[in-house]
Amino acid sequence: MVDPQPSGAVGRAVPRVDGVAKVTGAARYLDDLELPGAWHGVTVRSTVAHGVLEAIDLDPAFDWTDVVVVTSADIAAHGGKNVVFLIEEDQPALAPLGGRVMHVDEAVALVAAPTRARALAARRAVRPRIAARTPVLSTDDALRGEVKLYGDDNVFKRFTIRKGHADDAAFERVMASAARVIDATYTTGAQEQMYIETQAMAAWWDGGRCHLVGSMQCPYYVHKAMKALLGCGPDEVIVTQSVTGGGFGGKEEYPSMIAAHAALLARKAGRPVKIVYDRGEDIAATTKRHPAIVRHRLGLDEGGGIVAIDADVVMDGGAYLTLSPVVLSRGVLHAAGPYRCATTRVVGRVVATNHPPHGAFRGFGAPQTTFPYERQIDKAARALGVDPLAFRSRHALRAGDTTATGQELTVSVGTDEVLGAIERVAGAPPARDGRAASGAPVRRGRGVCFYNHGAGFTGSGEQRLAGRAEVALTAAGAIEVRSSSTDIGQGSITMFAQIAADALGVAVADVRVVDPSTDRVPDSGPTVASRTCMVVGGLVERAARAVRARVEAWGAARGTPGTFAALAAACAAAEGEVAERVQYEPPPGIVWDDATYTGSAYPAYGWAACLVDVAIDLDTCEITIERCVQAIDVGKAINPTIVKGQIEGGTLQALGWAVLEHVVYKDGRVANATMTNCIVPTFADAPELETILVEVPFPYGPHGAKGVGEIPMDGPAAAVANAIRDALGVDFDHVPILPEHLAARRDEWTRAIAAAGGAS
Amino acid sequence: MTTTTTTTTATTTPTTPTGYVRPATVADLIAARADHPDWAVLCGGTDLMVEAPLRPAPAGVIDVWGLAELRGISELDDGGGAAVRIGAATPWTEVIASALVAARAPILVAAAREIGALQIQARGTIGGNVGTSSPVGDSLPVLLALDAVLELRSPRGARTVPYRDYPISYRKTALAADEVIVAVRLPAPHPEARQHWRKVGTRRAQSISKVMAAAVLRVEAGRFVEARLGLGAVADRPVRAPHAEAALLGAPVGAATADAVAAALAHDVAPITDVRSTAAYRLQTLQHVVRRFVLETA
Amino acid sequence: MNVTIEVNGERRTVDVDPWRRLLDVLREDLRLTGTKEGCGEGECGACTVLLDGAPVNSCLVAAGQCDGRAVVTVEGLARRDGGEVLLHEVQRALVERGGAQCGICTPGIAVCAAYVIDAEPAVAAAGSGAGGDGDARAKVRELLSGNICRCTGYQLIVDAVVEAARARQGGGSR
Repeated sequence: MVDPQPSGAVGRAVPRVDGVAKVTGAARYLDDLELPGAWHGVTVRSTVAHGVLEAIDLDPAFDWTDVVVVTSADIAAHGGKNVVFLIEEDQPALAPLGGRVMHVDEAVALVAAPTRARALAARRAVRPRIAARTPVLSTDDALRGEVKLYGDDNVFKRFTIRKGHADDAAFERVMASAARVIDATYTTGAQEQMYIETQAMAAWWDGGRCHLVGSMQCPYYVHKAMKALLGCGPDEVIVTQSVTGGGFGGKEEYPSMIAAHAALLARKAGRPVKIVYDRGEDIAATTKRHPAIVRHRLGLDEGGGIVAIDADVVMDGGAYLTLSPVVLSRGVLHAAGPYRCATTRVVGRVVATNHPPHGAFRGFGAPQTTFPYERQIDKAARALGVDPLAFRSRHALRAGDTTATGQELTVSVGTDEVLGAIERVAGAPPARDGRAASGAPVRRGRGVCFYNHGAGFTGSGEQRLAGRAEVALTAAGAIEVRSSSTDIGQGSITMFAQIAADALGVAVADVRVVDPSTDRVPDSGPTVASRTCMVVGGLVERAARAVRARVEAWGAARGTPGTFAALAAACAAAEGEVAERVQYEPPPGIVWDDATYTGSAYPAYGWAACLVDVAIDLDTCEITIERCVQAIDVGKAINPTIVKGQIEGGTLQALGWAVLEHVVYKDGRVANATMTNCIVPTFADAPELETILVEVPFPYGPHGAKGVGEIPMDGPAAAVANAIRDALGVDFDHVPILPEHLAARRDEWTRAIAAAGGAS
Repeated sequence: MTTTTTTTTATTTPTTPTGYVRPATVADLIAARADHPDWAVLCGGTDLMVEAPLRPAPAGVIDVWGLAELRGISELDDGGGAAVRIGAATPWTEVIASALVAARAPILVAAAREIGALQIQARGTIGGNVGTSSPVGDSLPVLLALDAVLELRSPRGARTVPYRDYPISYRKTALAADEVIVAVRLPAPHPEARQHWRKVGTRRAQSISKVMAAAVLRVEAGRFVEARLGLGAVADRPVRAPHAEAALLGAPVGAATADAVAAALAHDVAPITDVRSTAAYRLQTLQHVVRRFVLETA
Repeated sequence: MNVTIEVNGERRTVDVDPWRRLLDVLREDLRLTGTKEGCGEGECGACTVLLDGAPVNSCLVAAGQCDGRAVVTVEGLARRDGGEVLLHEVQRALVERGGAQCGICTPGIAVCAAYVIDAEPAVAAAGSGAGGDGDARAKVRELLSGNICRCTGYQLIVDAVVEAARARQGGGSR
């Protein structure tokens, strides 16, 4: 339950504990670490989207004396399995000799040498021979199934959600009863995480043990994958996170791949090996947000009531399964939107193509399905001639309502709070018509959206995961928080320190959150899914309280009752380390059925509303986001500055995805794999972001906190598209919406503006 | 059907340059260039140094970054009124700060402010932009509109070349193998001429141009009597717009002329579709931007 | 070749390939790893240092060009007073205002912002309260646009830089 007496730290904007190290340059990221004798590893990659690796030739003219080359043959030689284990065992660490190459930039061999320059030279002298096959480069082609990449039908995973109907025929009968059906197909593009620190990993072997240090979100994912690949026991692999320069999902699964490469090279070289990707390689070869196509039908009755919701989601999973089933799951679970509807159907498929695997990126499937439903709701309000915010409020889920999976919402539903917050600050819309500095006519519009995001793992995921965390009063009298949650910039170590400090009744500075290393911390589960603060933060609080209780009981038993702070030093001196490790326990009433996809999809939801004003230069079709307000129900902001920073960062990634960021695939290859061409927003592209923190506490989160990491990513793209529709009178049902798209439909919106009495 | 292809990664062997010289004078520079025609002339490095570790190093380097003779902004009477002379190795930061350039060629200042950001402006130079001769070089349309003149030197002597004759094709120029760019001269503009500049990039800052247009337009008695348009990112090199300029000269101010000029532009450019934009967008946007220049010149 | 660079006020001589990037000289030869590489293209600004007082991308500067020149890196921003480290106003404001998240872009931003609040009159003046925050914020956005941050949405960094300009103008102790 919510702490009845929150003491000092929680709820305050405590400066982040790693702040000084980061602003002075003292923080050591992987590439900053001293690794005496380390060689540099580089990766030989496929230039073919689909084919068979017939052989790998080494240029005999090259001097190979101080170079190590690793191929798939080196894996089996040590009893390992050529697989990067995650959900399925379909992705090899290196394309197998004689086996299939599934995407451009797939790793086919590895090279290490004493210097990076030497390694790059050697890489050029490695010549894979690949017999090309016809690639599958679209989801349509994949579903046609002429070329089989996975199973019989190229479908990695499918889900169906049914509410209020028995079968498709019954569903269609309800849909047919609607007075009006809004029916449209929405496409959203791949998105590059563009963390500023590229993927980086170092490995060395000592005796039979493999040490891996690197930039990552999930040390235990890497640990698990390495056990299979290296044929090691759990104590024979030690994985440690180095200071990590951003992740956003991009360092959820991929670090296992680069770790595999570093470990294989280090074993063969007999010395430490470091691999740091260059930017182009990182953009081209690592995972991105899944592109998606969603057909959405919204059935309305005469009075504007929602009769039926139907969503058909298709995602491009890329060449291997990786995390695609889980991304699709979150996508379909959010596809109906936070609206009341008795009859809902969602079907989803994620399919295999010869694109590099798509994977985790903040929002994890939900942005792809939020964009469609929030366009649909906006179209409905417009068709009915009602206020878009009021229409949303009319249909929005509140406590007591049930979601598409039949989950009855009970607590911490911030619908009215976030909608109210937006309504209060909205003010009058900006002047419809204006002039740019160039003299060009400018057309403005306003868009809103309303959305939610499930916090924590889907369904029974948290129970299965059974995350653990530990708090210890060490023998030396220090206080340590031990968890495998990684701080990748989101501020988790500061928030953990705040939570533990308050639970123990000590100062934040007295708490040390230890660096996640699999030999020092229990498996708290991965740092993903907006679960770190809500789930692991809750474990930290429970563990800290247990330590406090033990220490205070120790004092009481000796006749010296007192607070933890007063007793800690004496207790530690007398008893040695006092540690408490706790495991996740689900809130009551969380029941989920994986077979029918019904029940409590998430323990809690964040709720959000967003308002966007856009201005469009009608000469150049450039889109300016003039204003963006997000009101987000986070349960409780453990650290308001950190939470605000998280929301603003996610918001700008969402605005970038909406109007700027565009991964261009050509023949299965990322055609714009440079930071110059695969652009993200700069300081000058970002509007002044207005962030409203709404706190509707979640009784089972620490101090009422819910997840916040992902939610800001989900909504803004729809708000932008709705604002563009408001400005131009034309619907753009895709992401990104670029000036090129506006220009291509100039005649259409010129007519629409004229019909609306526009001044231009 | 399967075909076997040999694949190699794109990375080439980096090598170490065999030589490095830092000439103290233009005379030394010309001598070094004559001695080492295959060496790279390095100034701010904003082009040559991009992803340097992944690319082959040049055979040698002639470093002109600190060459004082190549740096600075001055007034120069070249017979046609006082021209502004900008040394080739003058970084954009100095162009932006120059009151003289701001007074004579405000569109060059405007363009310079949109080149990269502070870090690139501190190192990128006008001579580098001219020498690289990228179709998306941000100052180049301005040099066309201002009718700039290049000062070139070689062991054979000095010559001036009108900038309009300098770009020949994609990244090919009129610069001879032994020549160096010494300075850019901007002739004094007519006091009544209006200057226009517009860059449409991939984003607000630090962006590669999708369309650029610069113009110097002058109206007398309601008619255009002087018209130079410099366009970028819409052809294989920076180009003037002879058809559009012809449509302007002698035509009255107003919407009809603006529309005619926009239509004529289609004959002056050959935009492409690439990872940054589309041919259709480039043409349409160029037409609207130039049309706006004309409408705003009254 | 031997290259002598004044780095953070100290003369350092290194024997390097003249084509080697200043970034690599700083990070590898001089072990000043505060300067980061984000792209190697001159695009992200993580490698920003001051070269003869001006912010530059150290990934685009050849070592040979640095002979006899002065470089300031993020390690040179803070002052040391005896054993105490006194953060630069920009560094202090970034910590206090939450302007650093993952921190990999932060050194470049700190260096560029330290230049901007001193050298750019519009920011310095707005920092003193003249002209209003709106102008200063817009100017900060323009001048820092060569530094890409993927974590913050920039809002809290802009807050921090304006705050730092104000502290600097107010003669706040370093």
